[in-house]
Amino acid sequence: MSTLKAIIGDVKASMGIFDGRDDDLYGLLAEFRNPGALYEAAGAVRKAGYRRFDVHSPFPIHGMDRAMGLGNSRVGWFTALGGAAGLTLGVWLQWWTGSVDYPLNISGKPFFAVEPSIPIIFELTILFAALTAVISMFALNGLPRPYNPLFYSKRFARATDDGFFLHVAASDPRFGLEETEQLLRDLGATHVEILHDRGTTDGHDE
Amino acid sequence: MSTVPHSAQTAQAIDDPPLFGADLSFHDVTELVSHHTEKKTPTAWFGAFALANAGLLLLVAMIAYLFWNGTGVWGLNNPVGWGYAIVNFVFWVGIGHAGTLISAILFLFRQPWRTAINRSAEAMTIFAVMCALIFPTIHVGRVWVIYWTLPIPNQMEMWPQFKSPLLWDVFAVSVYFMVSATFWYVGMVPDLASLRDRARSLWRRRVLGVLSMGWSGANRHWRNYEKAYLLLAALATPLVLSVHSVVSFDFAVSIVPGWHTTIFPPYFVAGAIFSGFAMVVTLLVISRKVYGLENIITVNHLEKMNIIILLTGTIVGFAYITEFFIAWYSGVPYEQYAFLNRAFGPYAWAYWIMMSCNLLFPQFFWFKKLRRSIPFMFAVSITTNIGMWFERFVITVTSLHRDYLPSSWDYYSPTAVDILTFVGTFGLFFTLFLLFLRFAPMVAMAEVKYVMPQADPHFYEGHGDGRAGADEPEVAPSVSPTS
Repeated sequence: MSTLKAIIGDVKASMGIFDGRDDDLYGLLAEFRNPGALYEAAGAVRKAGYRRFDVHSPFPIHGMDRAMGLGNSRVGWFTALGGAAGLTLGVWLQWWTGSVDYPLNISGKPFFAVEPSIPIIFELTILFAALTAVISMFALNGLPRPYNPLFYSKRFARATDDGFFLHVAASDPRFGLEETEQLLRDLGATHVEILHDRGTTDGHDE
Repeated sequence: MSTVPHSAQTAQAIDDPPLFGADLSFHDVTELVSHHTEKKTPTAWFGAFALANAGLLLLVAMIAYLFWNGTGVWGLNNPVGWGYAIVNFVFWVGIGHAGTLISAILFLFRQPWRTAINRSAEAMTIFAVMCALIFPTIHVGRVWVIYWTLPIPNQMEMWPQFKSPLLWDVFAVSVYFMVSATFWYVGMVPDLASLRDRARSLWRRRVLGVLSMGWSGANRHWRNYEKAYLLLAALATPLVLSVHSVVSFDFAVSIVPGWHTTIFPPYFVAGAIFSGFAMVVTLLVISRKVYGLENIITVNHLEKMNIIILLTGTIVGFAYITEFFIAWYSGVPYEQYAFLNRAFGPYAWAYWIMMSCNLLFPQFFWFKKLRRSIPFMFAVSITTNIGMWFERFVITVTSLHRDYLPSSWDYYSPTAVDILTFVGTFGLFFTLFLLFLRFAPMVAMAEVKYVMPQADPHFYEGHGDGRAGADEPEVAPSVSPTS
């Protein structure tokens, strides 16, 4: 049971959804001055052994996946599957309707041939691949996610404007309030705040 | 530390000229773009919107009139069974090519300047395709059974004719619409989150909160997002090229002289890009001025658009000449007659409007001064779309009006209903575009920030050891939350 819980926790963590601790502690949110600082900090936090952390920035940062130790995104696999499904549907639809369900002899032409079927096979392949790419992207990201404890932080609103944040989750086994805060400050965080899962942030900064 | 850029879109090289004017900060970009969706609605917007709405009403009235009376209210005759409706359909679909081209193909070619214009170009694409879809729908005559074009099981046990280019069109254009709309929305999610985080009123926050899906700019999300965006671009690229190819099959697969040519797909695609870019220039020249975005959408960006207009206009002009050569070289008298009739027959006026607008006028863009001149490019963008409309008119009407049997030759002219329906689609187009300008982030903020030099983490390496604030005095320690 506990292993199942751990697996679910890991899957959710891969989506950037971290569980809070029983005492409502959600984690620490550190702000950095610029993308360069955030990049260095993410690498250092990973090197220090943390795994459940994420960075938040208004735009993707070059090399951040590698700094955070994240592998290649799996969206590509799902997209390939979606494309294969669309291709199969395109072939099957035209073959089955034209030569099985309602065969129509037009000037002795074949009921099904590859050449005139290409456009629709192509369109359906693209359609299914594109929609799967988007749906799997949102699913792997755990979106839509209306509730996120990070949104309690007033400062965090700048993550979609010009703020650069690093969030270490309290559910990380290495997490310790004092040590983690010290680490973040040593890395050049300009501001560190505690996040709670229910309720509000500590309010020290207001 | 070496890093491999994990996206197709790399930041600028050091010695390139700056992409954006002035010294914009990240916050400036957010402010410049978001503020237009937040301020009080300007009176001028209401004026423009009222005008556009009048056009939309006209469209609705004309369509209602058509449905009541049937396609006899149009100027169609025998042999010209395809008139304004098809011309307008191809015209609007063509315009709808620029957005996805800019978003997808320029993304794959790593053209960072696209970020300033892709959002509005994509919006334009979607609205243009909506205008386009109206025409084949209302042209079928019995519009209440338009769903027969879709493979829906029914009591007659009939299926669509999958071997018909007209059905390919249904699939191509509707798939194009769905994929473009998806691409547009996905690109907008981070920007909707930016607007959400700035929202003051509760309802605005709620609506934007739902639309932005709880986006928080997490890198775990950006990782999947960028992959999905790259894949969408890679999928949309062949799609955008296929759509106008399929539209050209409507003509090319038939055996009508003047239509039955293999040059049609590439020539139609080039023409579509040509007209679409012209429409983007028309719209951006106005909106960058009205919305004070000259620093984000710079003259350099417009110049690049004009170079593409020059290129594609020349390709299209070359195709016109090639058609003539092939007609002569084929030795087929019907084909030869179709082209001579085009240039010197009763529709010569339309042909020469097309030639001068599409082949001649863009050639002025060889001069740097002219392609950087706002009034000049505005004028050429308008003539380009006039020329491209006439191209479709020439192809459709001149090929049909004199076919194999001289006794059935006739002259086609549109009726008022034809013309007013076309005018009405501009009402629909501008209604939607004005709503977009009012409510959506009209520039892709996240993407613009991403290609700014200070977005590169290595930009800061000259300053200290790369860590923020190692030697910056402003890094004052804040109050420790644990103390």
